[in-house]
Amino acid sequence: MGRPVAIVGSGQTRHGRRFDVSYPELVKEAVDAVFENTGISPQDIDGVVSGTMPSMMEGVALTHFYFADVLRSVGKPILKTETCGSTGVSLAITGYYWIASGLADLVLVVGSEKMNEGDSQATMTTVVEPFYQRYFIAGAPGVFSMQCQEWSNRFGIPEDKVREAATRITIDHHNDAFDNPYAHIKKRLTPDEVNNARIITYPIRLWDVCPNSDGACAMLFASEKMAKKLGLKSAWVKGVGYSGEEYWFGDSEKAIWQCAIDAARQAYDMAGIKNPRKELDVAEVYNPFTYQEMLYYECFGFCGFGEACDLVLQGVFSREGELPCDPSGGTLCTNPIGATGLNRVAEAALQVTGQAGAHQIPGAKLGLAHAMGGVDQFNGVMILGSE
Amino acid sequence: MEKRAEYDVITDEVAIPYEVAYGPTWTRFFEGLKNEKIYGSKCEKCNRILVPARSYCPRCFVEIKNFIEVDQEGTVISWVLTEYEYFGMPTKPPFIGALIRLDGTDVNFLHLIGGFDLSDPDNVRKRVKNGMKVKALWNDDKKGTIMDIKYFTPVK
Repeated sequence: MGRPVAIVGSGQTRHGRRFDVSYPELVKEAVDAVFENTGISPQDIDGVVSGTMPSMMEGVALTHFYFADVLRSVGKPILKTETCGSTGVSLAITGYYWIASGLADLVLVVGSEKMNEGDSQATMTTVVEPFYQRYFIAGAPGVFSMQCQEWSNRFGIPEDKVREAATRITIDHHNDAFDNPYAHIKKRLTPDEVNNARIITYPIRLWDVCPNSDGACAMLFASEKMAKKLGLKSAWVKGVGYSGEEYWFGDSEKAIWQCAIDAARQAYDMAGIKNPRKELDVAEVYNPFTYQEMLYYECFGFCGFGEACDLVLQGVFSREGELPCDPSGGTLCTNPIGATGLNRVAEAALQVTGQAGAHQIPGAKLGLAHAMGGVDQFNGVMILGSE
Repeated sequence: MEKRAEYDVITDEVAIPYEVAYGPTWTRFFEGLKNEKIYGSKCEKCNRILVPARSYCPRCFVEIKNFIEVDQEGTVISWVLTEYEYFGMPTKPPFIGALIRLDGTDVNFLHLIGGFDLSDPDNVRKRVKNGMKVKALWNDDKKGTIMDIKYFTPVK
């Protein structure tokens, strides 16, 4: 076990189609925000961690070199972490490792994406090798549709019930997004609008899918000594977990999804969490697709397998529910991929320090942040506490 | 709020050619397809039959030296109808990607389901069900690629 690690601040950009700035300028917006929000001077950081989607997305291979100036990294050690969709949580875990190891006291962690400049689904195609899986992996919707069907079939959940729960989730999150100043898509949706939206890949319809967002997120990780010296409201890292699966998509089951189960279990064990639904006050679950959010509830032990739809419809995971999930609107409303996981960590940190503003869950003291990457291959979880 | 088109945007394209080595296992697997055989491998430690064939077990990490011809019939575990085309996608839509558990094997084999009209999604939904039996249908002109199997088609 390493030294205690605190998150002393975060900065998020406005999200959307950000052709008003160059890519480094977008990163700068988040970096400037975290220094402004904390009053910390860039000179005081010991190192920088930077990450994005795989470079096929960016069109520039060495992104941390491209961003070196705006990352304030000149003359300092810099690391790049890249695990596809889970990049953001991997970035946070990298920052955590660096501080926990005792080799740094203050580390800047930055995730970014300009999805509108590249082609996210073409990038997804290149995530796999060219002689077998590339023929069959049709972007993220293709992968997640298959997973959803495997899940609903495995547990015999009726199609209309899955639809009803997914509709509830997307309506709730798009409402929640109005209270998050950084959210990209904010919309009052009706059930009819959601249920009759065009099919992307059956059974997934338009409002079940996250948008393409441009944005960046910056965070500062600090040692206990540094956090005390700074005297800022701090979220403490109580647990981390990360787990991966075999490369071949067909090698592992995606309904009882072992890497998601294991990532959560590692983090819970470290944080001493026995009953996550009771003990957690808020969860920022990575939800690029409505259906996948429900699968995570089950893999993370928020409920039993096959139960998520019923509990969603009872409101257990909504803003006023027993365990509010994604009060920020989540990935479903804002998805700058390389930053998305870090946004989850930033949002959980805001919640447990009482700084989430209009979407604050009253009295939140223990939160979960999560992200997923690869072809349903990697899951990362971080538990944050107020002390 | 958006300042789109106020500033200049350029277009850029990166195209790099690659030579990709199959190595001995993939070479033999694809030779098998050319001869209408699907090869898997058995891990002697966990006894799982893995397909496509492997040179090591990803769970036990023991070396595998055998090639076992596996059944060309199997059960649909999950499927997805893709109707859109992304840049660089080698398979032209519409197509049905599917995970198929070939009889006697222990992992799912990723390939296509076809052999009927895919133009109407409602029709496809009526036709394709999880748990249905399918079998491999081969292309006449085989090139030693994964697409030597044209698709898996429902067993009557």
